[in-house]
Amino acid sequence: MAVLVVAEHSGAGLAPATLSTITCARALEQAGAGEVTVLVAGAGCRGAAAEAASIEGVAKVLLAEDGAYAHASAEALAALVEPLAPGYGHILYPASTFGKNAAPRLAALIDSQQISDIQEVVNAETFVRPIYAGNALATVRSKDPVKVITVRATAFEKAAAGGGGAPIEETAAAGDDGLSAFVGAELSASERPELTSARVVISGGRGMQGGENFKLLEEIADRLNAAVGASRAAVDSGFVPNDFQVGQTGKIVAPELYIAVGISGAIQHLAGMKDSKVIVAINKDEDAPIFQVADYGIVGDLFKVLPELKAALDEAKGG
Amino acid sequence: MKVLVAIKRVIDANIKVRVRHDGSGVETANVKMAMNPFCEIAVEEAVRLAEAGAAEEVVLVSAGPKQAQETLRTGLAMGADRAIHIVTQEPLEPLAVAKLLAAVAEREKPGLILLGKQAIDDDCNQTGQMLAALLGWAQGTFASKLAIEGETARVTREVDGGLETVALRLPAVVTTDLRLNEPRYASLPNIMKAKKKAIDAVTAEALGVDIAPRLEVLKVAEPPAREAGIKLETAKELVDKLINEAGVI
Repeated sequence: MAVLVVAEHSGAGLAPATLSTITCARALEQAGAGEVTVLVAGAGCRGAAAEAASIEGVAKVLLAEDGAYAHASAEALAALVEPLAPGYGHILYPASTFGKNAAPRLAALIDSQQISDIQEVVNAETFVRPIYAGNALATVRSKDPVKVITVRATAFEKAAAGGGGAPIEETAAAGDDGLSAFVGAELSASERPELTSARVVISGGRGMQGGENFKLLEEIADRLNAAVGASRAAVDSGFVPNDFQVGQTGKIVAPELYIAVGISGAIQHLAGMKDSKVIVAINKDEDAPIFQVADYGIVGDLFKVLPELKAALDEAKGG
Repeated sequence: MKVLVAIKRVIDANIKVRVRHDGSGVETANVKMAMNPFCEIAVEEAVRLAEAGAAEEVVLVSAGPKQAQETLRTGLAMGADRAIHIVTQEPLEPLAVAKLLAAVAEREKPGLILLGKQAIDDDCNQTGQMLAALLGWAQGTFASKLAIEGETARVTREVDGGLETVALRLPAVVTTDLRLNEPRYASLPNIMKAKKKAIDAVTAEALGVDIAPRLEVLKVAEPPAREAGIKLETAKELVDKLINEAGVI
């Protein structure tokens, strides 16, 4: 048997979450699940296929180039992967909106009960996954002959390019069933690092009081090369768009440093960031639950603390 | 058009769950239950479609023990017309639920099926996509906007990088994200009216679906606890700690 990774990519390269998924696939290989194949489906995605081929431990890259895959439609991808599935014991997707959308459709077509968002491979059929917003960890065993899995990117290191030289094999497209048509996208343009792969994240909550005050966070982010995130409360209040949201139903992040500003720390938010290496909380309420998970806390008015933090960073950098 | 809405009864989102000492799962006895928040958004959207004249009938469906009827009543009080209760005492996995819903859809022939994108208990995020696959229908997941235009559903989806809009051929399956709408509270007269609305019961066997679990839960454990750290007085102290103690900047 073998392990298939269905890649999320930009055409030119692989998404960071795909690199983590490849590391998970290699852990399965070590557990006896067979060698790793990466499927790159899209329109104009040879760059991504070449990157996948260059990763150590990737034995083969399948390339399917067709307009039907240009926008990663779940319907088209499932039709492509379904006939390939019997050749694999495990089919992995990153647990991003790409994988969450596409994986269950395939799983149902091949009558397999998907295992979502795994954070640990115990052995080739046993996995650990969070439930109840990460307030419990379930260890589950699957006996399905083809296991469909989505992988929590923050739980696995990103595979590095280099050291590999896998062949790239073209695979025939399965065509378009015409069920779904792409109309358009409004993607957030940002010069900053992407939220789920940034080394430092600074997030604001309801305490920010308004979207205009997020510039206080951006000034800190500029100095730390950080991504800017938000709690659901800040998104619901309309301060920032939903793609800023960190939490159970938003993005899962685990940066080296997470700075929570004006965020009380509801369990749904903690679910999205509590695996960060170092957590800093700035909140005027000293009883806010966020302080129970923070390594460093400052109880104070964020409108006073943030300018001080900016000055202290400039001073430290200058010195 | 008939709209079918699948809903799930879960532990209330505001309850902090406790893992059972024997590691068999989380404690559900004497715990407050509620409709999964994403399912509330799905019911609200269906009722709004009916109010706007885009849907003639809103039918709810839920699978589970008899208490699932309470959740169905809540949805009926929000404005749905009738409900179907798939009665089972067995724990259900998303694939089994999708098969049950597909069987109900074959009988009811809705033009649109709405579900929450994720249940906040098992956090699987699978059922809607699986149902779409089993029926061979288009899927619009994580919807923040939905418009019915003739034979097409135009769905704006919340994706990692922002928003994406797709046009789905109807019938289709749509799963709801948080910003689609704000669910209403049921008024007292509507709660009273809901008591008279019909809930039809059907069993999994009658639907001809094998619901035996595929996954074996070996253990449920608490995650490693994070310990509270220290409180600092100034931002200057913080920067010093981050550089010299934590080494992260």
